[in-house]
Amino acid sequence: MPKLTIDDKEIEVPAGVTVLQACEMAGAEIPRFCYHERLSVAGNCRMCLVELERAPKPIASCAMPVSEGMVIRTDSEMIKKARNGVMEFLLINHPLDCPICDQGGECDLQDQAMAYGFDHSRFEENKRAVTEKYMGPLIKTIMTRCIHCTRCVRFATEVAGVEDIGLVNRGEHAEITTLERAIDSELSGNLVDVCPVGALTSAPYQFAARPWELRKTLSIDVMDAVGSNIRVDARGRHVMRVLPRLHEGVNEEWIADKTRHACDGLARQRLDRPYVRGADGRLKAASWDEAFSAVASRLKGLEGKKIAAIAGDLCDAESMLALKDLMSDLGSPNLDCRQDGAKVGEGPRASYLFNTSIAGIERADAVLLVGSNPRWEAPMVNARIRKRFLQTGMPVGVIGESVDLTYQTQYLGAGPETLKELAEGRHPFAEVLEKAAHPMLILGSGALARADGPAILALARALAEKTGMIKAATDDEPAWNGFNVLQRVASRVAGLDLGFLPGEGGRATEDILSAVESGEIEVVYLLGADEFDTARLSKAFVIYQGHHGDAGAQAADVILPGAAYTEKNGTYVNTEGRVQLGRLAAFPPGEAREDWTILRALSAVLGKALPYDNLGMLRQSLVERFPVFAAIDQIEPAAWEPFGTEGAVDSAPFALPIANYYMTDPISRSSETMARCTEALGKGAVKATGTDG
Amino acid sequence: MSVLKTTTYDPPRTDGFVFSPENKAKADAYRTRYPEDRQASAVLWLLYLAQEQNGGWLSSDAIEYVAAELDMAPIRVHEVATFYTMFNLRPVGRYLVQVCRTTSCWMRGSDAITKACLEEAGTGALGEVSEDGVFSVVEVECLGACCNAPMFQVNDRDYFEDLTPESARAVMAKLRAGEEVKPGSQSGRAGSEPQEGAKTLLHLAESPAPAGDGA
Repeated sequence: MPKLTIDDKEIEVPAGVTVLQACEMAGAEIPRFCYHERLSVAGNCRMCLVELERAPKPIASCAMPVSEGMVIRTDSEMIKKARNGVMEFLLINHPLDCPICDQGGECDLQDQAMAYGFDHSRFEENKRAVTEKYMGPLIKTIMTRCIHCTRCVRFATEVAGVEDIGLVNRGEHAEITTLERAIDSELSGNLVDVCPVGALTSAPYQFAARPWELRKTLSIDVMDAVGSNIRVDARGRHVMRVLPRLHEGVNEEWIADKTRHACDGLARQRLDRPYVRGADGRLKAASWDEAFSAVASRLKGLEGKKIAAIAGDLCDAESMLALKDLMSDLGSPNLDCRQDGAKVGEGPRASYLFNTSIAGIERADAVLLVGSNPRWEAPMVNARIRKRFLQTGMPVGVIGESVDLTYQTQYLGAGPETLKELAEGRHPFAEVLEKAAHPMLILGSGALARADGPAILALARALAEKTGMIKAATDDEPAWNGFNVLQRVASRVAGLDLGFLPGEGGRATEDILSAVESGEIEVVYLLGADEFDTARLSKAFVIYQGHHGDAGAQAADVILPGAAYTEKNGTYVNTEGRVQLGRLAAFPPGEAREDWTILRALSAVLGKALPYDNLGMLRQSLVERFPVFAAIDQIEPAAWEPFGTEGAVDSAPFALPIANYYMTDPISRSSETMARCTEALGKGAVKATGTDG
Repeated sequence: MSVLKTTTYDPPRTDGFVFSPENKAKADAYRTRYPEDRQASAVLWLLYLAQEQNGGWLSSDAIEYVAAELDMAPIRVHEVATFYTMFNLRPVGRYLVQVCRTTSCWMRGSDAITKACLEEAGTGALGEVSEDGVFSVVEVECLGACCNAPMFQVNDRDYFEDLTPESARAVMAKLRAGEEVKPGSQSGRAGSEPQEGAKTLLHLAESPAPAGDGA
């Protein structure tokens, strides 16, 4: 470990770090624009100059590796002058339009000009202007503001894996361009975050708010099962934008476009008051009392087994527990949180978790994807796989539909037959997995929603055991579990963890629907469940509790308006089994209420009051009965126990469950921005994958 | 405040571009110089071939054809093509006249040469193609013929040196007429010897070198 002196302070740093990193470790702040710790080093902004003893001129600290005995000064008169000079050059062609710039108030250039720049400009010649570029519906460009740091080029090339952005021409004429094509990436919103100036700004958020007006709430995303850590910025009751927040284990510092930009859907199509379907068959606005009494009168005297409940994709654990408790008080065993009919969840925890963990992908050296398109089902997981692929060039095998995953893949086959060949060791890729030290398998949620789901689960398990994906900890290696189910909806793992599943003699989703059609089930309680053919519920009395007027609300006889994920304090468990807390950022609109309170109030009207009066009591009950919920933001390795049912598999190829990345749930379907993305990137039309497989 | 407005980068398109069989063979030969996984290194060779075949300039199609040949993202090849000034991204005349304007040539009157060339070509401005499609005139930085300043280069190949506005016009007139012109000094001196005859080592010219003094 080299020792160096930074501003008269001796410090020992790991070999291979740069002078800039060493300075940070020593507590010296180094201004920078082009340097970004998750991107390659460009060294072109020259803002990070420091003085190195015996060097003839200041050095760019971001591009200089440390060596033994360096003596660095970051606070000398020479460095002050150097920063002044660099700043003056950067501002030569930068317009003085901070008052109308969306980056104003959170702009690196603005802040650093204040800290390190001159108070006036000596430049009297013409400034240059650059025409705007098209980068898709999410990014607004004002290219005159660009300082050519090339962070966006490096992000797109390295992290997002789409070589769409580049720097053309040179010198005075240099400009960033996309050749007028939209950036075909699910991570394009992050370009706005990496841009240190106002050249790339969020198009949906343009001219909407100033950063200092916003109330910032640290929360958790529910648009997929990754549970990205987000910051929700709200003004009054409106969520203005969603930004990523650092979590090395989950999303690093990126988030996917749906996470970031679906938030305008929170203001549209909202259910803001209860409704009851009248005698004329039309939904009429009602008061809470009327809605509750309509439910109570229909449930009166009804046998428990004639009632069913289905939990949707965006539910928090608390409301699912409250509904589960209410159903068991009503004597109903018919409940399910798997709207897509996935055949997983009854077994041990390891059978439905992403056991490797997302950060664990960075230990893998061979991957097999089965019936999954992680690019759409979990963009942050895909970004990790790509990161690992770039580090090692590891082999990635794909069974199922072959799509562009931004890294090199080997197509192995279309259906379960290939999986069987692998499990029986008859396929050459089985050898690749066996030879790997840390092989992993990612089973898509779509592959488990088939009728032969349990058999596929058993096959995958057999393959995992056979190719050494399950390794106990040794003296020099921590344990390795390479068996992964990639869930795609936020509520699923929590639902399975707290047993929102058919009880004894109970029915699962498909059974519930057919029992409704045959008249065996008369009342269905939908907790934000919209992702199935709700027309099949026409014979039943449907209670819909949720936040958007989507498929479920259409079919409902009583609508109880609930809160969306930004409007309640809720617990979510991501696909790795990581328990995280979402927080209230803005209150629900109109008469809508937090979901567990609705269930609590309804239970009182039904005369079966649930035993918790506040969120603390509910959470305590949750933790007592299901201890996994106690470990907030920790991953408990799940025990490896038998699961899956061996059996015949259907030869039909695996179909991917998502047809359009930008619209997968009631919030994103209501979002204007997501509609624009769908239009611009043609996901629905060009690459339809959901039902045509 | 007046501003310099740069236009959106978008080189003109042609109706597709493919290498002729000869150029394809040449390109393949160039590519063998680089390892299998470093084929992108051949990009300058291929762009140069494409420019030659395309009449002295690169269209978007030619650039993207090269990208496809080398399995590179189109934008990466656009970056290279726009970085180097010797790739022309607009159509040029049959003869591209590149007038050197760097210090030596400029002090020896390159401004007048440029003016004369523009007049002879009949184009209004630098970079434009003359109406008959024969000439385009541009100014470039040092071409390394400072001893024979001022000079211009025609079609990346022939240096015409020791120019005066008159001799520059004469060269261009001959090119236009399709007559043969001799590259090199237009004032008649050999190589880059001083214009008024030799000034040093005069004794060598007067007395032949002593026998046995073979250097």
